[in-house]
Amino acid sequence: MGQRRASPCPRAGSPVIESLVKGLLFAVPFVIVAVFWILAARERRAAADPSAKSFLERNGGVMAAFLIVAVGFWAIVMIVLPQLYMVDFSFHPKLPAKDYGGPEDHYTLASYRYFIYGSTEETDSYNIVHLRAFVLTIGASIGVTFFSFWFCYPLAYFMAQSAGPARLRMLMLLLILPFWVNEILRAFAMRIMLGTSGLINNLLVGLGVLAEPIDFLGLDIGMYTGLAYAYLLLMMFPLYNAIESLDRNQIEAARDLGAPWWHIHLNVVMPFAKPGIASGCTMVFMLSAGALAAPQILGGPNSLWFTPIVYDRFYQAFNWPQGSAYALILLLTCIVFVMAVMRVFKVNLGEITR
Amino acid sequence: MSADVELDHVWIRFGPFVAVRDATLRIENGEFFSFLGPSGCGKTTILRTISGFLEPSQGTVRIGGQDMRGIGANRRPTALIFQNLALFPLMTVAENIAYGLRVRGVPRAEQRRKVDELLGLTALRDQGTKRIAELSGGQKQRVAIARALAVEPKVLLLDEPLSALDLKLRQHMRNELRAIQQRVGITFIYITHDQGEALTMSDRIAVMNAGMIEQVGDGQTVFDEPTTAFVASFVGENNPFQGKVVAAHDGRVTVDTPVGRLGGRNPRGLKLGDDAILFVRPDALRLGPGAGGDTLSAVVLNVAFEGTMSHVFLKGPTRKDIIITVGRGESQRLPEQGETASIHYGAAAGLALPAGRLASD
Repeated sequence: MGQRRASPCPRAGSPVIESLVKGLLFAVPFVIVAVFWILAARERRAAADPSAKSFLERNGGVMAAFLIVAVGFWAIVMIVLPQLYMVDFSFHPKLPAKDYGGPEDHYTLASYRYFIYGSTEETDSYNIVHLRAFVLTIGASIGVTFFSFWFCYPLAYFMAQSAGPARLRMLMLLLILPFWVNEILRAFAMRIMLGTSGLINNLLVGLGVLAEPIDFLGLDIGMYTGLAYAYLLLMMFPLYNAIESLDRNQIEAARDLGAPWWHIHLNVVMPFAKPGIASGCTMVFMLSAGALAAPQILGGPNSLWFTPIVYDRFYQAFNWPQGSAYALILLLTCIVFVMAVMRVFKVNLGEITR
Repeated sequence: MSADVELDHVWIRFGPFVAVRDATLRIENGEFFSFLGPSGCGKTTILRTISGFLEPSQGTVRIGGQDMRGIGANRRPTALIFQNLALFPLMTVAENIAYGLRVRGVPRAEQRRKVDELLGLTALRDQGTKRIAELSGGQKQRVAIARALAVEPKVLLLDEPLSALDLKLRQHMRNELRAIQQRVGITFIYITHDQGEALTMSDRIAVMNAGMIEQVGDGQTVFDEPTTAFVASFVGENNPFQGKVVAAHDGRVTVDTPVGRLGGRNPRGLKLGDDAILFVRPDALRLGPGAGGDTLSAVVLNVAFEGTMSHVFLKGPTRKDIIITVGRGESQRLPEQGETASIHYGAAAGLALPAGRLASD
């Protein structure tokens, strides 16, 4: 997701429409910036306090102009436009670069049809390989998110409520330091650990615990471990922040009223930490589903994660429309899924940004 | 089963720090008992030990005759009301009160009946569906009490629950707490640094200082017959005069103080040459010279009119001023600032105690 590459193949419709579209595309950022500007100017009138300084007065004209243009540019040019371009791209057929804008170019659902049926034309059989990878990716991401949550929750609880300041600092450091090593290196390190002749297998076989080494990578255990590890901190810190702000007396009050420890966690701590839980789970799920390095390096030969398929559409098959369509399907599915889960657990979007 | 709470030579240490020193006392079933002392004296530590959040380093806590060692806070017949109340903010009033019942697996209908009963007892009828954030300070207080009473504890422990309220509400809640205690008839153990709260509500009070229980008695005893210098200076206003005992006979002593020789009662059996502090309450001091030897004179620093009474501050022998309270009815001329006034007190008003640490206020 979030491929921000411009198309390698410029398209051209009729010259009039083309210049119109191009003009519009270039105008949009300026329009948006203007809207931001008006909003900023109106801010004071909306404020209850009439003596409050407006956005312009507070920051000075030059600084205000810079902030508005910078934020506007970043939001529009870096995020919205490339994504819109991808959306547009996904509805075109695959053509040689020079033919885009030519007579062959038209809007089509071919790329989406291919994802489902394995053919741009036929609808007789399903694209089992890609569909399976897609479902598996979503399912496994849910699994990774669950694992990550259950792994991080006790640790976050301990750090937030029980650990002394010295131990807390040390734990924080131990958590953060490994993330100075880049993701690829960490994935390869994991591969060395988990390989059939890796450290863990050698140890277990050497100690006589196992007769035969276990193929952690082939069983995808390596991949799941790698994914959970890669996004550990993104689960850890929202949980820690949420639990840390819980008044310790509430835990003791529940205990004093006779609650066993699991009841306290389920009914006092977790409801309170719900925004943090939602925020952590959302990030881990989204990033796992879109992860590329861990599945490629740690994935077994039988596993087919969805993102490498997307990657291959772009760079192996040179099929940019199909790549765009696949990326978009993944993105939308993830968003819809997260929204649905948040609705079920009654968390709103504002809460998780706290 | 009776629910007497007994502390038997209880010591509580945190590393090298001794928070509670050899506490031994017995709180009777159905009593309103207060621990009174300045902050840091160990009273909250005692409360947490009774409730089961702390184990004594040494000694035994017994409730209803049963040794509580190894029994966690969730399995003791006590309920604690926290200083900040610690209500569950995401639950309604009714859910808060029902929490302890829910934990115990009490059937829904029974829970509802009990919650209604407690809402009535604590004057919260029709507030059950409200959120905690919608309540006033006094209402939150009552929810905390109802939540604790819901589990039918044998002993209710209260950790300065009124300290967050404003003065008016605090005085109102004192009466209410006392009334609730009399209605439910269980033991209340109350922690406070406010002597007014302790004196008005309690059957008995334990005055604590620096981890030690200095005196246990009912309010009147603690106020009128303090046994240590700390209790005399902490409970109620008092004027201390330090010195050496120069005469002791027939239950009375004479203490040689910087402002002259002063006489007083001698309940602790002070002997000739002992270091002593002679205490006289501000309302027992009278302006003007009196008959006998218990007269002293000092320079008037300030006269403060406070409506029903006036306070006269005189330069004392130490940094602390001598305070005299003059009632409105007493037809005495109030002295002018700067003049030297004579003051005296009745023979029974002076109380000599062994020298010791005073409450610093």
